Amino acid sequence: MAASSARKPHADKSGGSKPGHAPADELIRLYRMMLLIRRFEEKAGQLYGMGRIGGFCHLYIGQEAVVVGVQAALTPKDSVITAYRDHGHMLACGMEPKGVMAELTGRSGGYSRGKGGSMHMFSREKNFYGGHGIVGASVPLGTGLAFAHQYRGDGGLCAAYMGDGAANQGQVYESFNMASLWKLPVLYVIENNRYGMGTSIERASARTDFAGRGHSFGIPGEAVDGMDLLAVRTATLSAVAAIRAGQGPRILEMMTYRYRGHSMSDPAKYRSKEEVDKVRGERDPIEGLKHRLVEQGTSDEARIKDLDGEVRALVNAAAEFAQASPEPDPAELATDILVAA
Amino acid sequence: MPIQVLMPALSPTMTEGTLAKWRKSEGERIKVGDVIAEVETDKATMEIESIDDGVLGQILVPAGTEKIAVNTPIAVILGDGEKAGDARPTSNGAVKAQPPITKPAFAPARQPATGAARVQTVREALRDVMAEEMRRDPSVFLMGEEVGQYQGAYKVSQGLLEEFGPKRVIDTPITEHGFAGLGVGAAFAGLKPIVEFMTFNFAMQAIDHIINSAAKTLYMSGGQMPVPIVFRGPNGAAARVGAQHSQCFASWYAHCPGLKVIAPYTAADAKGLLRAAIRDHNPVVFLENEILYGMSFPVPDDPEHIVPIGHAKIVRAGQHVTIAAFSLMVHKALAAAEVLAKEGIEAEVIDLRTLRPLDTETLVASVKKTNHLVTCEEGWPFAGIGSEIAALMMEQAFDWLDAPMARVAGADVPMPYAANLEKLAVPQPEHIIAAAKSVLNRR
Repeated sequence: MAASSARKPHADKSGGSKPGHAPADELIRLYRMMLLIRRFEEKAGQLYGMGRIGGFCHLYIGQEAVVVGVQAALTPKDSVITAYRDHGHMLACGMEPKGVMAELTGRSGGYSRGKGGSMHMFSREKNFYGGHGIVGASVPLGTGLAFAHQYRGDGGLCAAYMGDGAANQGQVYESFNMASLWKLPVLYVIENNRYGMGTSIERASARTDFAGRGHSFGIPGEAVDGMDLLAVRTATLSAVAAIRAGQGPRILEMMTYRYRGHSMSDPAKYRSKEEVDKVRGERDPIEGLKHRLVEQGTSDEARIKDLDGEVRALVNAAAEFAQASPEPDPAELATDILVAA
Repeated sequence: MPIQVLMPALSPTMTEGTLAKWRKSEGERIKVGDVIAEVETDKATMEIESIDDGVLGQILVPAGTEKIAVNTPIAVILGDGEKAGDARPTSNGAVKAQPPITKPAFAPARQPATGAARVQTVREALRDVMAEEMRRDPSVFLMGEEVGQYQGAYKVSQGLLEEFGPKRVIDTPITEHGFAGLGVGAAFAGLKPIVEFMTFNFAMQAIDHIINSAAKTLYMSGGQMPVPIVFRGPNGAAARVGAQHSQCFASWYAHCPGLKVIAPYTAADAKGLLRAAIRDHNPVVFLENEILYGMSFPVPDDPEHIVPIGHAKIVRAGQHVTIAAFSLMVHKALAAAEVLAKEGIEAEVIDLRTLRPLDTETLVASVKKTNHLVTCEEGWPFAGIGSEIAALMMEQAFDWLDAPMARVAGADVPMPYAANLEKLAVPQPEHIIAAAKSVLNRR
């Protein structure tokens, strides 16, 4: 029912899930996806520094195992929604790096034709429903997507992502209540990266065991090592099975960490360099899976290096496209406000 | 001493009701708390309990009597040894709410279009069109507080649960922020939710999802993600409910691109415009009015009766002054026009019907004819609908105005509770008459 009680926050192995077995080719695919997100975000950071990307830009670096592990347990008919740290989610849903990067640069080749920006991208084709800039909003919206799955009886579910900051929002609990009351097929993924902007969870939350936040509503929750892709995938597979069996919503708290600031304009003075270096050195999700792949003989250093080369080429092509794509036509200012009758 | 039982007021806006049934007969002994009668309003059926021990001495109003004014004596309770005839008036009987009697049977309007009409209340028209659209399109559903088992807080959804079941007529918890967001998410997925707010006052908790999630998403997605949803419910001043339950939100929503905003007056327009709203692919804010719910109007029998969004209607032609209003204020504007006509002033009354997109063309054409303009709204004057019309006329009809236009609006105060103060805060026909005369320089 409740979250596992004997949990060590952000320890190497928290929660009860054991890493599951995944076929070798799938592991390679998931590794490559994490790497793609990492390199994509590094490139986005560079382009931001060069002034090619404006406004807010929230990087996902450090959290890659969460979205890649969760998405590995979903099917294409499932819908996905998240908040504003969303580039990784889009890539993990199969959206094109070119289209995402061109949206970051505000160009016509972007997913929203330059009119949405970093926080507002959608892909109906990939069942990705944004990209929402208001903290907490993705939760009732995602609950509504789940309502639609149930209404249509299409067997799908919605993965609704939120951060630890959003987990204190009132609308989250209004949603938990309705989702549990109506047994909606929704997976709430709380990405606990330990900081809501610059405020640590201890300074913002009366209780920091977010996996237990559904307790009052009868929603089971589990804390998962969000730096371990296989742990994430395994926990998600089991939560998804319960949801598909009609047991109603589930909460997964992913214990993760972001290496960069809240956004590009955040110098992150509220935590020490040592803290960041320690996580990066000891728990990095990409390094972790790489060691496992090599140790198990699933892959070797040479193949890993090839993958890195492939991903870098893909990201460079995306960056080139995003800078070459024209800005939206001035006439676009007043289009897409209403659907024509 | 014998005690008179008076017809009770059962809601803030009730002025009369029907005595549905006597549960006790003349001569029967009654105790405090016994149910003696059932009273029906257009909103609900309520039981009247005795507030005294005694004998039901005399029934003054037979069962089935309609339109009994509040405070009319309906019965006399006698103490020991008393006789009817010595009665003194007393306070109204104690009233206990009971679930409204469910009457699912309402005739599905499936007659062919004949141009014929029948008389319906706004409430019935809204219910019928929701039922018709739900029959037509399985992706349409209704959600909100008390829309199902309770049959609607204002009885608008009466009978819908019986016909469509709990999957499509969904009672929600009292959590506007959450269920409005849930509705928008369902609309992202291509369903067509009708989200009822018990009143628009409570929609302030949900306004983030109405504006940020519903109105802006089509644009933010570069045209990929339409949000076909209707937010509807009563808006504007009710009666004697104080500041938090009595406010017009027309200018709030009309301010925002990405929304359509509708505020009908007649039952025919309520029906035709709600149909258009449900079929629209955009988020629509549909502002109803509690006092209008019980008013009757002719409604076309045509099952496809639809009124296009964005068109005002001239509801009374005149050549001296244009009076532009919406929702209940059209009623007051027409009353004002009657009085003005007796003084030789022919007012042209325009029912705006849609506030976004506003039918500026019809307004400009009327001003070109009358050269004088008065706007009416219940909302506050500052940055109101009247202010916007003033700016538009400045831009598009300045040379045609013979005098500065006048705005009639709610007083710039939170709504007071006291009856006399409330009357001062809500625009009345006298205010419209005075404004019309003022712009015409007539005394």
